[in-house]
Amino acid sequence: MLEREIVVVGAGPAGLSAAIEAAGAGARVLCIDLNMRPGGQLFKQIHKFFGSSAHRSGTRGIDIGRMMLDEAEDKGVELWLGSTVIGLFPGNKVGVRHGQDGTAGAFVTVHAQKIIVAAGASENVVRFDGWTTPGVMGAGAAQTMVNVNHVKPGRRVVMLGSGNVGLIVSYQLMQAGCEVAALVEAAPKIGGYAVHAAKIARAGVPIYTSHTIKRVVPDESGRVCRVVIVGLDDAFQEIPGTEREIEADTVAIGAGLKPTTELLALLKCDFTFHPVWGRVPLHNRDMETSQEGVYIAGDTTGVEEANTALEEGRIAGISAAAALGYLSEDEAKARKDEIWARLAALRMGPFGEKREQAKQDILSAFDESRGGLAAV
Amino acid sequence: MPLLKCGYLTYEELRALRAVPSDARYAKGPVAVIECVQEIPCNPCETSCPSRAICVGDPIVNLPCLAEEQCTGCGMCVAKCPGMAIFVVDKAYSDTTATVGFPYEYFPLPEEGAAVTAVDRAGQPVCGGTVVRVMNPKAFDHTPVVTVEIPKAFADEVRGIERGTC
Repeated sequence: MLEREIVVVGAGPAGLSAAIEAAGAGARVLCIDLNMRPGGQLFKQIHKFFGSSAHRSGTRGIDIGRMMLDEAEDKGVELWLGSTVIGLFPGNKVGVRHGQDGTAGAFVTVHAQKIIVAAGASENVVRFDGWTTPGVMGAGAAQTMVNVNHVKPGRRVVMLGSGNVGLIVSYQLMQAGCEVAALVEAAPKIGGYAVHAAKIARAGVPIYTSHTIKRVVPDESGRVCRVVIVGLDDAFQEIPGTEREIEADTVAIGAGLKPTTELLALLKCDFTFHPVWGRVPLHNRDMETSQEGVYIAGDTTGVEEANTALEEGRIAGISAAAALGYLSEDEAKARKDEIWARLAALRMGPFGEKREQAKQDILSAFDESRGGLAAV
Repeated sequence: MPLLKCGYLTYEELRALRAVPSDARYAKGPVAVIECVQEIPCNPCETSCPSRAICVGDPIVNLPCLAEEQCTGCGMCVAKCPGMAIFVVDKAYSDTTATVGFPYEYFPLPEEGAAVTAVDRAGQPVCGGTVVRVMNPKAFDHTPVVTVEIPKAFADEVRGIERGTC
């Protein structure tokens, strides 16, 4: 069995920042990602990030990704790409389908003293008549096509969902030369940042709030050729007679994400159901789960955004390194306190408040589950 | 709020929510118009301003405030704002025309001197215009700032141009 001090599952913003912190403190860190390139979603994010300038806001995600890869290399983080963690087992064993050259497909078990799971999230789907028609895809898939593979998913796109993913991907599809025929949102108001909506409104994209996709009509070749949308009432029920047909060859669905938590369920980590985030693992202020030595960070803990993922990754990395003796308790605490303060600032305002409350709820639930006092 | 329904505000709605430059300041030449109305954690406008004319402060969800007398209308914040929500308006450009500068991240990039159709916040055509400046220095990090000359009457409406095709 291979031995590593820390294994990080996932090389996205949370996993990479955890790996960088822990390796920077002196730990031997192995970071594993199933993609052929590290960086998670960062390399799809060609837009400039919000956040504090002290933390690279105003910089494009793709450039933040490049900086982090350089930093991880500098700090000596070992990276396994094209490798899937297929299981976490008692005794801190990490089962990996190792996909690197020469050992493609080999199964290896790594014993890790500490494990950090930063497995991200996966896209939700919306089922409507014709949802399996070729040309219907996740907004994240459409974004990967244009920004990573430089292939247009189609000529004319209907976007379903007005969260930041739906708004940003609509904009980026237009930058790539696609037309966005409509943005459709079931709720009565736009879900994401108004500035993102303003950008696509300015480009002439019609926004249909209180509407959803009723069905997709294929052409003779079986590909999407028309999209029928319908108005919704306050109870999200279809309003008869409000159907309208839109010519389009692609439908992108940006209907939110759910945390990827299967590995933590295998380890029997304690979970809770939270109305904001769904079923998520409990963790404490070290980002440690109910299983000692197993930490989490980023979207796995509840879907937020890259800035919060980066900060949570740092906390997990510092905690794991401190638990191994690479940082004094005082130093680790001082650094974690600073990061928690920055996280609190990122979770303010109308968009952040409910995520701050959700995070506090999770931390309290962790304390309660351990029989301790609820966090004040 | 119409913003949340259709994705944009009219100038009147913006004025009701946020301070816009005074008439006196507009009369002096180019000035930043900040169309940022939601408290989101973001402050590159503040840190990018070479004249220190924009203040966000702590916490960073504060809405940005412009010290209009300090603003030189240089356009740095226009390129830096991740929300592309800042414009530079020059109502003193000539007796009859004004200019509006906006971020433009599409291909093809218009050329100086080109005749274009100027659009409002809803993307609807408002009037004809002429591109007078295309700024795309390294510091703007691939967010060119395009400035169009338009009839003065439309200075508060025009916020972009119809896109060309590649």
